[in-house]
Amino acid sequence: MKYLDEFNDPVVARQLFAEIERITTRPWAIMEVCGGQTHSIIRNGIDQLLPENIELIHGPGCPVCVTPVGMIDKALDIASQPGVIFCSFGDMLRVPGTSRDLFHVKSEGGDVRVVYSPLDAVKLAEDHPDRQVVFFAIGFETTAPANAMAVHQARQRGLTNFSVLVSHVLVPPAIEAIAGSPATRVDGFLAAGHVCSVMGTWQYGPLVERHRVPIVVTGFEPLDVLDGIRRVIAQLESGTAALENAYARVVTDAGNVAAQQMVDDVFEVCDRRWRGIGEIPLSGWRLSARYGDFDAETRFDVGAIDSSESALCRSGEVLQGLIKPHECAAFGVECTPRRPLGATMVSGEGACAAYHQYRGLDVIRPTAVSGPRGDDD
Amino acid sequence: MTEPIDIGGWSCPVPLRGQDRVVLGHGGGGRLSAELIEHIFLPAFGCSPEAELHDSAVLDVGAAERVAFSTDSYVVRPLFFPGGCIGDLAVNGTVNDLAMSGARPVALSAGFILEEGLPIELLGRVAHEMGAAARRADVRIVTGDTKVVDAGLADGLYVNTAGVGVIPEGVDIRPSRARAGDVVILSGPIGLHGIAVMSQREGLEFGTEINTDSAPLHGLVAAMLAVSTDLHVLRDPTRGGVAASLCEIAAAAHLGIEFEETRVPVPPEVAAACSFLGLDPLGIANEGRLVAIVAPGIVDEVIAAMQAHEFGRGACVIGRIVEDHPGVVVARTALGASRIVDMPLGEQLPRIC
Repeated sequence: MKYLDEFNDPVVARQLFAEIERITTRPWAIMEVCGGQTHSIIRNGIDQLLPENIELIHGPGCPVCVTPVGMIDKALDIASQPGVIFCSFGDMLRVPGTSRDLFHVKSEGGDVRVVYSPLDAVKLAEDHPDRQVVFFAIGFETTAPANAMAVHQARQRGLTNFSVLVSHVLVPPAIEAIAGSPATRVDGFLAAGHVCSVMGTWQYGPLVERHRVPIVVTGFEPLDVLDGIRRVIAQLESGTAALENAYARVVTDAGNVAAQQMVDDVFEVCDRRWRGIGEIPLSGWRLSARYGDFDAETRFDVGAIDSSESALCRSGEVLQGLIKPHECAAFGVECTPRRPLGATMVSGEGACAAYHQYRGLDVIRPTAVSGPRGDDD
Repeated sequence: MTEPIDIGGWSCPVPLRGQDRVVLGHGGGGRLSAELIEHIFLPAFGCSPEAELHDSAVLDVGAAERVAFSTDSYVVRPLFFPGGCIGDLAVNGTVNDLAMSGARPVALSAGFILEEGLPIELLGRVAHEMGAAARRADVRIVTGDTKVVDAGLADGLYVNTAGVGVIPEGVDIRPSRARAGDVVILSGPIGLHGIAVMSQREGLEFGTEINTDSAPLHGLVAAMLAVSTDLHVLRDPTRGGVAASLCEIAAAAHLGIEFEETRVPVPPEVAAACSFLGLDPLGIANEGRLVAIVAPGIVDEVIAAMQAHEFGRGACVIGRIVEDHPGVVVARTALGASRIVDMPLGEQLPRIC
């Protein structure tokens, strides 16, 4: 609890806002990479209180948002098969595939279960030897160690009815793609603190060197985010580009070495398609050959599925920081958390959902406000 | 055969179109539940779409006193959780629905759907807790029903309670009576029930000292009415939490609500659990709290009366009713920015009551 109150202190926040105001002389665009940071910024209204010439660009760091639609369709296909218990983190259940979502599969009789840890899925496999238990292993470097551990334990226990549908993504190649794009408007990055707690900071130095861009490893509470923003601006204003760690209470340079070893054992780096962005080279993890037996894609033969995105959805541009969520014509009209067209409208960490849930009064649209009312409680 | 429903004719801004089956979120007390009521139940039962939806129906029976009538079903999982069980929840929940009209509860019914194979000892414990809760609330359980379904169909047992109560003369409490300038009161710390149940949920067990806040609130309401019979709105923020209650009041009254986020009491354990589960405390269910909308002139007295009652000790003012942004609830954040508090969609924590 100490860490919740301490990093929400409004008095210290005001000092940080004042400091940011004082040092800012020019317009700067800063991308917070992680969806957790986006959520914190919008929920607390940090973006409303920054100087007008500081723009926050919401990055692609929501694993639910960037999982490609083809992979969602594979999940839906597997989850619909008889005898399967399909396990997923809760957010994934509402992510639209080409024509439906996992909630839909569940309401049609599919055995779809929300788990809070991949190890719970391993236990389900042990408890139901007559069923095929599949875990949807998505996420960035943060969720990878636990997912790797689940596969590792399943093998140790000799489970032949457990498999994983893997769609892991990696942060540094995404920063590389954004910083190296000719269209980029990003002057500096807030790197994702929890990713760095696993992987350390050593992967980010070369990105700073190559693109001459400040990268500050940043946490998630309001004061963490403000301190990260302040440090990026200070660098930009002084013309320097360095790697800084503003989340030292959690992140070390080396990261969690045991977790990295577990991940290296179970996964290997691969090219990965990101929903809304496209393929980024060497930006994902898939099961290594040693653990190929646990690959749900081969076990269930889901190779040829015809996938397509909503024609209205502009989540790709949102994920790349090219537009803000409410600048999309479908925002709050055809696309709401109730009927999301794109994954960015689903997860609490998705930029569109964060805008819709916590939007300031200035972005209200009349059609998005008046909902049905009434309750039978 | 009845006529097919014209789905294409629905004018709701978040229509059911494309949702051809019930999903868990339809029971969450948020937007999805409201859609079912608005598009399926009200038209089918011949109720006006403009009907004022409140926690209980108010019936004029030709006397000075009117009758409040309400019903609620309980499907909470697990059946026993820290500080309570499905039995006392089923009593308190319906008592509170009646109390939100200002009624004094008189009698309840109890309907059970039991799963074949349920241990009789467990049913006995649930019934015992129901009886004890009814005695505590000074309400009688006067009629009931029992059905048994095949093993695997009912997760142990479900309970339905219905209740009737008497509304004193001169009391008129309903969401559309909120007026600009009125004050928003919350009766105590939020999120306890939802987090207490979640802490016991299979696959999610976490160590916590949190007990449910489940309690009968008609005594607290009587203490408030003793100050003034002119309370404008009462609402118990169950499923969908304080966020849903405030959104419903704002929508029904066609007025805006503003509140200070820092004034909403969130116990540290609830804040911590919400933080690691990724939930918003404002959307978590409560079973022993109420939101009251009262005229500014009587606020101090009402608060004092609430704080003197065992279930209102944490009563505090959190905000006010405004003419701006009708139908929209706005929170001032700790940092001094503002954000909109939206109606929760539905399935944040399924089967919490």
